Amino acid sequence: MLNYILRRIAYGVLILVGVNLLTFFLFFTVNTPDDMARLNIGGKRVTQEQIDLWKSERGYDKPIWWDESAPGTAKLTHTVLWDRSISLFALDFGHSDARRAVNIGHEVKTRMGVSLQLALPLFVLQLIASVAFAVLLAFFRNTRIDFWGVVLCVLMLSISSLFYIIVGQFLFSRVLRLVPINGYEPGLDAVRFLALPILLSLLSRLGTEARLYRAMLLEEMSKDYVRTARAKGLAEQAVLLRHVLRNALIPIITSAGGYLPYVFLGSLVFESFFAIPGLGAFVIDAITGQDFAIVRTMVFLGALLYIASNALIDIAYTWIDPRVRLS
Amino acid sequence: MIKPVILWTDAAIWLLMAGLALYFVGVRRQATQAATWGRVLRDPVGVAAGALMALFLLVTLADSLHYRAPMVDSPTGAVVYDTHTRSLLDALMAQQIAMRETSYSAPLAWQGFSREAVDGVGMLPGVAARREFPRLVFGGAQLVDPARGWAGDVLARGVAGLAFGALAGALLFALVASLIARTHGGWRAAARDLLADRTRHPLRALWLTLAAVCLLLGPVLAWMPHYHVLGTDRTGNDVLYQSLKSVRTAFVIGALSTLATLPFALGLGVLAGYFKGWVDDVIQYLYTLLASVPNVLLIAACVLMVQVFLDKNPQLFETAAERGDLKMFLLCAVLGITGWSGLCRLVRGETLKLRELDYVQAATAFGVSDWRIMRRHVVPNVMHLVLITAVLNFSDLILYEAVLTYVGVGVDPTTTSFGGMINLARVEMARDPIVWWSFAAAFGFMVAMVLGANLFADAVRDAFDPRARSQRPRVFRRKAA
Repeated sequence: MLNYILRRIAYGVLILVGVNLLTFFLFFTVNTPDDMARLNIGGKRVTQEQIDLWKSERGYDKPIWWDESAPGTAKLTHTVLWDRSISLFALDFGHSDARRAVNIGHEVKTRMGVSLQLALPLFVLQLIASVAFAVLLAFFRNTRIDFWGVVLCVLMLSISSLFYIIVGQFLFSRVLRLVPINGYEPGLDAVRFLALPILLSLLSRLGTEARLYRAMLLEEMSKDYVRTARAKGLAEQAVLLRHVLRNALIPIITSAGGYLPYVFLGSLVFESFFAIPGLGAFVIDAITGQDFAIVRTMVFLGALLYIASNALIDIAYTWIDPRVRLS
Repeated sequence: MIKPVILWTDAAIWLLMAGLALYFVGVRRQATQAATWGRVLRDPVGVAAGALMALFLLVTLADSLHYRAPMVDSPTGAVVYDTHTRSLLDALMAQQIAMRETSYSAPLAWQGFSREAVDGVGMLPGVAARREFPRLVFGGAQLVDPARGWAGDVLARGVAGLAFGALAGALLFALVASLIARTHGGWRAAARDLLADRTRHPLRALWLTLAAVCLLLGPVLAWMPHYHVLGTDRTGNDVLYQSLKSVRTAFVIGALSTLATLPFALGLGVLAGYFKGWVDDVIQYLYTLLASVPNVLLIAACVLMVQVFLDKNPQLFETAAERGDLKMFLLCAVLGITGWSGLCRLVRGETLKLRELDYVQAATAFGVSDWRIMRRHVVPNVMHLVLITAVLNFSDLILYEAVLTYVGVGVDPTTTSFGGMINLARVEMARDPIVWWSFAAAFGFMVAMVLGANLFADAVRDAFDPRARSQRPRVFRRKAA
C-alpha cells in the first residue's frame, strides 16, 4: 500500500512537471513576454523602455529556457522557467501580472474557503439527489415512470446551465423575492446567498448524472448475484438498496470523483453569475483581464487538485470494495 | 461578378460533408455496417431527431457559402469588392438584414419597446416633451392605422401561413404515401399503413417531424416580410436572423471540434494499445497530462494565446469576418487538442483487447506489417467507439460554446453565437419590463438543436452498442407486442 502511494506521488509529480512545461510553453513561447507586456500595458504606442520596465518588475527579463551567458548550473537556473517552476512547486504563487498588489497565494487561500462553502454542500447534495433519482428510475425500470423519467433527464441535460441560472434568478429573486439576486456575506448569512446557486447547479447537472447512474445501476442489475438475491426471495427494495446500490457505488464514485477538483476550484459560471468571491470568479476576472500569472497558477493548482483527488478516489476504492487491491 | 470567399470554417465544413458522403458510400457497400445504420433508420426517435438535425445542417451549409459583392458605384471603374462578406443565408434573408430598427422591439410589434421623446425636445422651456412609443421603421410599416389594424393583420397572416404550412404537410404526406404505394399495394393502403405506423422505416415519425416544421415555418414566412417575428435586439437587428446565424456557429463548433479530436484520439489510442511498452507509456502520460488540467482553464489559456497571436498578425485576414472566422477555427482546434483524452483512453483499451484476438495474431504470424494490421484489422473494429463518442460529444460542445463565450474565451464578439445572445440577455432580463425575446429565441433554438443531437446520438449509440440498447426503457415496445 505504501509502495503504491509512493509511486502514485512520483507519477503525480511527473505529471505536474509536464503541466508546468506545457503552460510555460503556452504562455512564454507561443507569445513572448514582450507581447504580454504590450497587451497588459495597453494603448497603441508602447515604448521598449516601458516593456523592459514591465518585464523587470515581474522578473521576466531573464532568458526563457536557457541562459547561454551564465556560468555552470546558472545556465539552467538563471531563467524565467526555473524561477517560475521552483516557486510554483513551493506553492509560492507570486503576484498578479496586471495588478501588482494582488498576492495570488493570499487570494487563493481566502477564496478557496468561499468556493468550498458553495461546492462542498453542492457535491454532497448532488450525489444524494442524483443517486436517489437513479435508484427510483431503476426500481421502476420498464414502466412509464422510468420512461418519462429518462425523457425528463434528456430534456434537462439538453438545457444549458446558463438558462437555469438566468431563469432561476428571475423566478426566485425577482418574481418571488425569496433570496437576493447575487452577492455574498461571510458567516451564517451566506446561506441566503448560496441556496439558489446550489439549487440551480444541482438541477443543471441532475439530468446527466441521474441518467448515467441509472445505466450503471441497470448494468449491475444484470449480474448473477442479483438473480441469486431475487431467487432467495429478497424483496426488490432489499435487492436494489442492499446489493445493487453497494456494487454500483464504485463506478458512481469514480464518475462523481471527477468533480472533486471543482469542489476546491469552484464553479466558474455559477460564482461569476452570483457574484460569489470564490476561485471560479477569480479565474474569470483573470481571463477577462488577461492576467496570465493568475491563469497559469490556476492551471497548475487545478492539475495538483486533480491528481490528489484521483489518488484519493483510488484509495477510497479499497475502503468501499475490499476486493480491490492496489498494486 | 461576385467574388467567392472561402473561409477556414467553410472549407472545413465542406470537407467534412465530403468525408461523411464517402463514409456513407462505404457503409452501403458493407453489409454489417449497413445493417447497423439500418437500425438507426428504424428507430422512430432517431429518424425524427435526424430529420431535425438535417434541417439545422441545411441552415449551416447555406451560411457556409460566402462571397463578397462588387461595389456598384466604384468611382474609378475598377472592380472594388465590398469589405462585408456575405453568405447565401444572408442573401436569402437580405430583407431581414435591411429591416433594421433603431432599438428593441417585441416580436411582431409595430411600436418600439421604450418610449422616446417624439417632439418638442428642449425647444421651449415651458413645453414638456411628449414621450411615447415610436412607430417602427419597418415592422408593421404597411399598416395604415396600426392601432386598430395590427391585431387583425397579424392574425390574418398567421392563419394564412398556418394554412399553407398545413397544405405543405399534406403534400408531404401524399408524397411519402405515393413513394411507398408500390410496396404497400396501392395508394390507399399505403396511406393507411403510414398513419398506423406499419411501414418498414418509421416514416410516420419522419412525416410528423417535417409536418410540425412546416406548420411552424408557414406563419413565420408569412410574417417575415412585414414584421420581426422574434423581435429585435438592442441595436435593432432581427433576432430570428441572429438565431439562424448562431445555428451555424454552434454547428461548426460542435462538428469541427469533434473532428479535430479524432486524429489524436484514434491515432494515438491505436498506437498505444497496439505497440504497448514505451509507446504506451508516453501516450498514457500525454493524455493523463491533458486530463489533469481542468478543461475550461486549459482552453482559456490556449484561447488567450490565440488572441495574442491574432493581435500580433493582423496581415492574416482581410476583413473582420475573416478574423472572427479564423478565431472560431482556432477555437475548434484548441477544443480538439484539449479534448481527446477520453476517447483516446477508450480506443487504447479496445485495441489492447483486439490485438490479442485470433485474427490479429494470425495476421502477425503471416507477416503482415504492423501498419497494415492496424489499418485493416484494428481501426475498423474501434470505429464504433469513435462514432458513438463523436455524436455524443457534438451536443456537449454546443452547450460548452455558450459557457466559453460567457467566460470570455469563446468565439469572437463579432461572430453571432448562442453564447453571445445569452450574454446580452443577462442584462436585458434585468430591465423592467423585461426584454425576453432574445433569450427565448436562443433558448428555443439551442434546446431544439441540443435535444435533436442528443436523441440522434442515443439512437446511434443504441444501434452500435448492444449494451446500451438493453438499458433503454422498454415500456412502449412491450405495448406494441
